[in-house]
Amino acid sequence: MSGPSTYVPKSAFGKWFESRLPIVGLIHSSFVVFPNPRNLNYFWTFGGILAFMLVAQILTGVVLAMHYTPHADMAFASVEAIMRDVNYGWMIRYLHANGASMFFIAVYVHIFRGLYYGSYKAPREILWILGVIIFLLMMATAFMGYVLPWGQMSFWGATVITNLFSAIPGVGETIVTFLWGGYSVANPTLNRFFSLHYLLPFMIAGVVVLHIWALHVPGSNNPAGIEKKTEKDTLPFHPYFTVKDAFALACFLMVYVWFAFYIPNFLGHADNYIEANAAVTPSHIVPEWYFLPFYAILRAIPDKLLGVLAMFGSIAVMAILPWLDTSRVRSGRYRPVFQVFFWLFAINAVLLGWLGAKPPEGGYVIASRICTAYYFAYYIIILPLLGLFETPKALPASIADSVLGKSGSASAMPAGAAHEPSKKA
Amino acid sequence: MTTVATTHVSASAEPTRRDFLFIATAATGAVGLASAIWPFISQMGPDAVTIAAGAPVEFDLAPVAEGQIVKLFWRGKLIFVRHRTKDEIKSAQETDITSLRDPQADADRVKAGKDQWLIVYGNCTHLGCVPLGNEGAFHGWQCPCHGSVFDTSGRIRQGPAPTNLPVPPYAFTSDTSIRIG
Amino acid sequence: MTYIPSFASRIAVAVIASFMGASVALASGAAVPPRNDWSFAGPFGKFDETQLQRGFKVFHEVCSNCHSMNKLAFRTLAQEGGPGFSEEQVRALAATYKVKDGPNDNGDYFERAARPADFWPSPFANKQAAAAANGGAAPPDFSVIAKARTYERGFPWFVFDIFTQFQEQGVDYISALLHGYEEAPAGFTVPDGKYYNHYFPGNVIAMPPPLLDGQVSYEKGADGKPQAPETVVQYGKDVAAFLMWVAEPHLEKRKEIAFKVLVFLLVFAGLLYFTKKKIWSDVAGHA
Repeated sequence: MSGPSTYVPKSAFGKWFESRLPIVGLIHSSFVVFPNPRNLNYFWTFGGILAFMLVAQILTGVVLAMHYTPHADMAFASVEAIMRDVNYGWMIRYLHANGASMFFIAVYVHIFRGLYYGSYKAPREILWILGVIIFLLMMATAFMGYVLPWGQMSFWGATVITNLFSAIPGVGETIVTFLWGGYSVANPTLNRFFSLHYLLPFMIAGVVVLHIWALHVPGSNNPAGIEKKTEKDTLPFHPYFTVKDAFALACFLMVYVWFAFYIPNFLGHADNYIEANAAVTPSHIVPEWYFLPFYAILRAIPDKLLGVLAMFGSIAVMAILPWLDTSRVRSGRYRPVFQVFFWLFAINAVLLGWLGAKPPEGGYVIASRICTAYYFAYYIIILPLLGLFETPKALPASIADSVLGKSGSASAMPAGAAHEPSKKA
Repeated sequence: MTTVATTHVSASAEPTRRDFLFIATAATGAVGLASAIWPFISQMGPDAVTIAAGAPVEFDLAPVAEGQIVKLFWRGKLIFVRHRTKDEIKSAQETDITSLRDPQADADRVKAGKDQWLIVYGNCTHLGCVPLGNEGAFHGWQCPCHGSVFDTSGRIRQGPAPTNLPVPPYAFTSDTSIRIG
Repeated sequence: MTYIPSFASRIAVAVIASFMGASVALASGAAVPPRNDWSFAGPFGKFDETQLQRGFKVFHEVCSNCHSMNKLAFRTLAQEGGPGFSEEQVRALAATYKVKDGPNDNGDYFERAARPADFWPSPFANKQAAAAANGGAAPPDFSVIAKARTYERGFPWFVFDIFTQFQEQGVDYISALLHGYEEAPAGFTVPDGKYYNHYFPGNVIAMPPPLLDGQVSYEKGADGKPQAPETVVQYGKDVAAFLMWVAEPHLEKRKEIAFKVLVFLLVFAGLLYFTKKKIWSDVAGHA
């Protein structure tokens, strides 16, 4: 994905094959010799972690589908059968359920990394928009996956979220009826959600290929936010970044294992261990944690249609971000004022998440409105204006300069490294 | 892989330790991957419900009339219970077993003193179709799929099936009832 | 900007994530159940076989008269990591129950003695029958109830729970509920046929007090005394532990594997760290 390959197969078979299907060359140029900015920090390992999580979710998901029954009368029981009777079924299900959360943790780190270092700016607008599409597909997949165990939260989550579409004037009710395949969330709904939950991850995989393709045209952004110019600015993907990604992944897996094996139900809801019951709504329904900020935005607006629009708008606005940020400097590292607003935005997002889990009453509503206002103001007002008024710091001349200027010359390196072990990795 | 080569050259001062580290890391990773794959293979096997459902089943022979073949299931597998007629027993016993593809005496395929009862698995040993009873040249079974012919002892006589219809584990619990499994 | 290396930052991410993930809780208005010491809590937790057996006895003699437990197969009572009954005991126990089977060759359904492969028979034919026999409220199924009940931990406790692995809200709640019956406070009217419970959300519960001191007799130990006190508090704990096992029969195995996997990952990440350092050692400006 980085132009014509320089790969030369060694064996005769390799030459024969490569002249017919140059796929080894493609992998070689994309993931072996591909020149990456040498100054990428550990926030750049989350792309690889996300690729791993997608594969892990598809693998565990395909296995679960072998044992799961998508029927309103049997879904709950089949999940329990997986937990009890299928060999290692409990492990595979807990890995899948917690894997969704890990996927979202990684994607949020990935998104905030992009926001901070200006990875959405030219020439990476399409790359960014593809990312927003992946994020949307992930949300749809995760939502439908949560419906499948057919517990109380599954059922009422499905009811609430599908009812969002009833806000559309005129055709809303009809759309909802078609989403349900009936007049309430019931067996047809479960069946189609299962079908789509199986389909969407493969669509995600397809968009991920485009995402990587678009990435490999300009190459990765980097903490300095300046383009690579000479070979001194880059290192080949393998072994430098493969090993770095592998180390980061191993650390990430420890967190994953901690959740999936020690506290597998921590991120879930107790109510989802009660089978779906159309006659009783749980006393306090909330979506999964990764939807909470958006749920808070939905509830912050007292009007049904406007609330739904605000929620979808909060993601849509990300897609036009490349044209909202007017600053010519890409990396937040050289934008002192931006940094303040960025960290406020990050705290604001966490606050929205917390508010999304709180009952919509009293001070919580007011707080959600303030946070929602800041969320949109950041995109629509702050970033456009900041580019016009902010004085950025001086940029280094090249990526190599930014690295060497920071840690001193190569000969001075061991001493510096000894003083700051935390920078070594 | 020019990169790797370069790295090796530049580190030639301590090649052994370096190589050992790389090999140890790769080997550990391989062990981890192999262990992680196991649950995904293991889950393909029968689950606890399926295994538990394989408990022995009782079957009452009394209603089965002479000449009748009754089908039943154990562990999801089809079993034929055949109440053989005198002629059928006779022809099964008088067969010259040396001429058979899978030589086995009729006496080894039924319980002593109960030779009117033939209990065999009901799927053809060729590719698993269900043979039709009282058909074929030997009036035992004939398979509709590929034409294997079995005799009144369930032994393969003609066609592509390699072995006789196997006898499931069973025992008589009384004169007229058996326990399969 | 300098960045803290990965592991710490990932923990931080996990903390933030969980901070946003306040779990559902029972409605407010109920007291917080007291914490108990559970043998199965923590990273090396294991069920106490004798406690599970006592808990099973309480369930068998008392709870199972009204509550179903339809995901529990008799055979699992002899399964590893469970109450440790023998295959013989399980077969004998199953045989004391009748299950519906059929249709037979005449097209009739019939009753037969249960086998280890069968699931625990429900005390009522269906939900409606259960509700009708219990004042309109069907007693909930017990298969996963230890995971289906919890209470609000609140900030910052739920963040600490990630690290302490506190996962026993359900069992704490169940054991508290069972000894939580008391006189309603002055001015609180309990509707007819309902009861006041200190720990039940809203305090008004349809279930009459199910246990009395001395109601279930426990196996005698070597000293001729019961293994554990025959009190409501102890019954509640024992049956809650049993329900935890029913809800999570592979808990022991899960925690065992968790430890092995974590140790492996620690070693592997360590090796990768040094490999990474070696590979990057010839790059100027990086260590």
